Amino acid sequence: MIGLAHYLVVGAILFVLGVLGIFINRKNVIIILMAIELILLAVNINLVAFSAYLGDLVGQVFAMFVLTVAAGEAAVGLAILVIYFRARGTIAVDDVNRMKG
Amino acid sequence: MTVQAFAFYLFATIVVASGAMVILARNPVHSVLWLILAFFNAGGLMVLLGAEFIAMLLIIVYVGAVAVLFLFVVMMLNIDFAALRAGFVSYFPLGGAIALVLLVELMLGVGAWQAGALNLAQRIAPVPEATPNIEAIGQLLYTRYIFLFEAAGLILLVAMIGAIVLTHRARGGVRAQNVDRQNRRRPHEAIRTINQPVGEGVDLGGVEP
Repeated sequence: MIGLAHYLVVGAILFVLGVLGIFINRKNVIIILMAIELILLAVNINLVAFSAYLGDLVGQVFAMFVLTVAAGEAAVGLAILVIYFRARGTIAVDDVNRMKG
Repeated sequence: MTVQAFAFYLFATIVVASGAMVILARNPVHSVLWLILAFFNAGGLMVLLGAEFIAMLLIIVYVGAVAVLFLFVVMMLNIDFAALRAGFVSYFPLGGAIALVLLVELMLGVGAWQAGALNLAQRIAPVPEATPNIEAIGQLLYTRYIFLFEAAGLILLVAMIGAIVLTHRARGGVRAQNVDRQNRRRPHEAIRTINQPVGEGVDLGGVEP
C-alpha cells in the first residue's frame, strides 16, 4: 500500500527540481517561470496527499486556489516577458536592473 | 505488487523524470512539452489519491491553458536560446549544492515527521461517505468557501486585465473610421454650389477632403 510519505517524497523531489531549475537557468526567464510552475505543482501534490490521508477536503479546495494563483502568475509573468522582449530584444534577466526608473 | 503501487511508481517516476527534463532541456519548446507530461502524470497521482476534481483541473488548466500560453510565448518571441544557455555549467555546482542541501533537509523532515496526536474529530470538512469527490468539493466550495471562491475569480480577472493592459499597444498611423464625425457631417458642410466663371481656376478652400 502506498503511504503518505511516498507522496511527500515525490513532492519534495519536484520542489527541489524547481529550485535547481531557477538556479541553473538563471538567464532564461521562461525556464524560470516553468520551474516556478513545478514548485507550485509540488505544493499541490503535498496538499492533496495530506487531504486524502487525513480525510479532510479543505486541502483540495486550497490546492484549487493555489492553481488559480499559478495561472494568474503565469499570465502576468509572460505578459511582462513579452513587453520586456519588445523593449530590449532579449530576455536575458541578468541585467534587468536597467529597467529601474 | 498491486496495480495501485505499480501505477504510483509509474506516475511518480515519470513526473520526476519529466520535471528534471524541464529544467535540463536545451530547447525551451521541449521544456514546455516535458512540463505537459509532468502535469499529466501529476494528474494521475491525484487520481490515485481520490482527488478526481483536482486531477481534471490540473489537466484542463495547466495543459490546456498555462502550457499552451508558454508555448505561444516561446514560439512568438524570436529568442537566441543558445546565448541564454551560456553559464549553465558554471551555475550548476552552486545550484546543485543548494538543491542537495534542500533535498536532504526535506527528506529529514519527511523522515522525522509522524502523524502524532492528530485529533481527527477536529477536521474542518471530513470527506463525506458515499458522495463523489466532485460533488463533495462543490458542496464545500459553494457554501463555506464561497467568498474565497469569488476572490479567486477576482484574482483571475485582475490577472487577465493586467496581462491585456501590459501587452496592448496602440499602433500609430492607422486610419480608423470616426463614426461620430461621420454622423455629425451635414450636407451644407460637404457640398458647395457655385457659379463657376469660364476660364478661371476652381477655389477648393474650405472643403474638407
